[in-house]
Amino acid sequence: MRPPEETASQPLGGETNISPLPGGTPAAPSPLPEGFDGLEFATRRHIGRWVAVVVVVIICLLVLKSLIFNPNLQWPVVGKYIFSAPVLDGLGLTLLLSAIGMPIGVIIGIVVALMRLSENKLLQYVSSAYIWFFLATPLLVQVIFWFNIAALFPDLSIGLPFAGTLVSVSTNTVITPFIAATLALSLHEGAYMAEIVRAGILSVPHGQIEAAESIGMPGSQAFRRVILPQSLRVIIPPTASRVITFVKNTSLVSVAGLAELLYSAQLIYSRTYETIPLLVVASLWYLLLTTLLSLGQRRVERYFSRGVRGPGGRR
Amino acid sequence: MPVSASSHLLVVDKLSKSFGSVSVLDELSLTVDPGEVVCVIGPSGGGKSTLLRCVNHLERPSGGLVFLDGELMGYEKIRGKLVEMKSRALAKQRRKIGMVFQHFNLLSNRTALENIVEGPVQVLGVSVASAREHARELLEQVGLAHLEASYPSQLSGGQQQRVAIARALAMRPRLIMFDEPTSALDPELVGGVLAIMRQLAADGMTMLVVTHEIAFARSVANRVAFVADGRVVEIGPPESVIGAPQHERTRKFLNELL
Repeated sequence: MRPPEETASQPLGGETNISPLPGGTPAAPSPLPEGFDGLEFATRRHIGRWVAVVVVVIICLLVLKSLIFNPNLQWPVVGKYIFSAPVLDGLGLTLLLSAIGMPIGVIIGIVVALMRLSENKLLQYVSSAYIWFFLATPLLVQVIFWFNIAALFPDLSIGLPFAGTLVSVSTNTVITPFIAATLALSLHEGAYMAEIVRAGILSVPHGQIEAAESIGMPGSQAFRRVILPQSLRVIIPPTASRVITFVKNTSLVSVAGLAELLYSAQLIYSRTYETIPLLVVASLWYLLLTTLLSLGQRRVERYFSRGVRGPGGRR
Repeated sequence: MPVSASSHLLVVDKLSKSFGSVSVLDELSLTVDPGEVVCVIGPSGGGKSTLLRCVNHLERPSGGLVFLDGELMGYEKIRGKLVEMKSRALAKQRRKIGMVFQHFNLLSNRTALENIVEGPVQVLGVSVASAREHARELLEQVGLAHLEASYPSQLSGGQQQRVAIARALAMRPRLIMFDEPTSALDPELVGGVLAIMRQLAADGMTMLVVTHEIAFARSVANRVAFVADGRVVEIGPPESVIGAPQHERTRKFLNELL
């Protein structure tokens, strides 16, 4: 059975084209007012736009010149340190912090978001409190806090109620500066990611969930096959921004003397007083990292926009 | 859980549903026999859609029972009491009932073919190859074989609804429920969808159809139920319910449509 064609094709054209009057009769008088017959079209010149272009280009050139040709930038010093061992070590630590901390943050975010969306009131309150606390205090304060956690809990113990302590270790041996930095960054990131994941899940239209249920998918399968893939379209762009932010946020742990990229640069200029060139070294690396990440972001976004109309959607 | 006199495929018994203080279904009872087409007509807000959604427990009924093939939907008997089923068991029951929505609800990140294959492969465990083969047959049947790689956003409303019907058929359900399947369509697209439903009925599919298409109900339905205020006001063959309605309420509704 083939249903009737939905789009009935109308014959176009037909006898609608205007032809000159037959029989060489004198042409009818033109309906146009005087002086509009046979004129051509031309583009308007936008003088203001050209003025704006010239002004902005001049300003940009001046700023660039004062930056690039400024002798205080000491480009040779930048060149000397950009591939030096301490800087590359710092870069490595920044990458390591990001590569470990961000995934932990994402996992915390997914768990906290699911808690917040669950029907269990207690889970809702606990996750809301988590998000509230970690979003409401500055990251720098959290970093310093985790580095000084031993002042709050000198020993970490595993024990059972009424059975006493089983194991006890000094906090400082467990929470090394690296662990403290990872904890601080990823716990903070988890709060941001929880809100992003929650927004993504809520963005999936309810009809999609009903469609999954109507073909007999259990809840977990519907979440995996229908809700999560579609929410990723909404989750990915802000998450990619968070990855970039995370890479930059790792510079905050320099306050605690962990030799990541920024602190490595600071260690050098505190000896040599070449502050500006070493900050340029660190900035160039940050720029490179974040640029590469933005390029990756675009590709991933395109992939997850399958079946969506509009900008960014792959039709 | 056998039900007495169970020649019925679907038994809806005193089904009630209220949202807060608003009562939408009020002890509504209805049966559908195997191979029968029952069309449900009635005013908006009368509970027609809620009836379908309560039958497959997309909406939890406030009271009453639903049996499909003699099996109680959504509850199991534990120590002489009816206890809500685990969601996994309920999901299993839903597989026997196909559902076609007013707004199609095709999975927007899957192509037409993938939408049809999804259920059989993921839920029934059919092999991908045979699911695809069956899906292509179904697409052929609804006249869309050439659009299998299109995403829902690339299809017209009528085409989406035809894919949605194919998706429901792919699960080989015992019963298909249609929730105003043509109400969201442009008028010139309605005919194609109704033609497919007409053919399904002729092929012997059991169907419960909520619709405003009185002409369709008159020519295809074995029985027509007029539902208003959450109850079945009148039910019977179309020539009596539509042709010679007994109740004032039914007459008034039909007059307003004409």
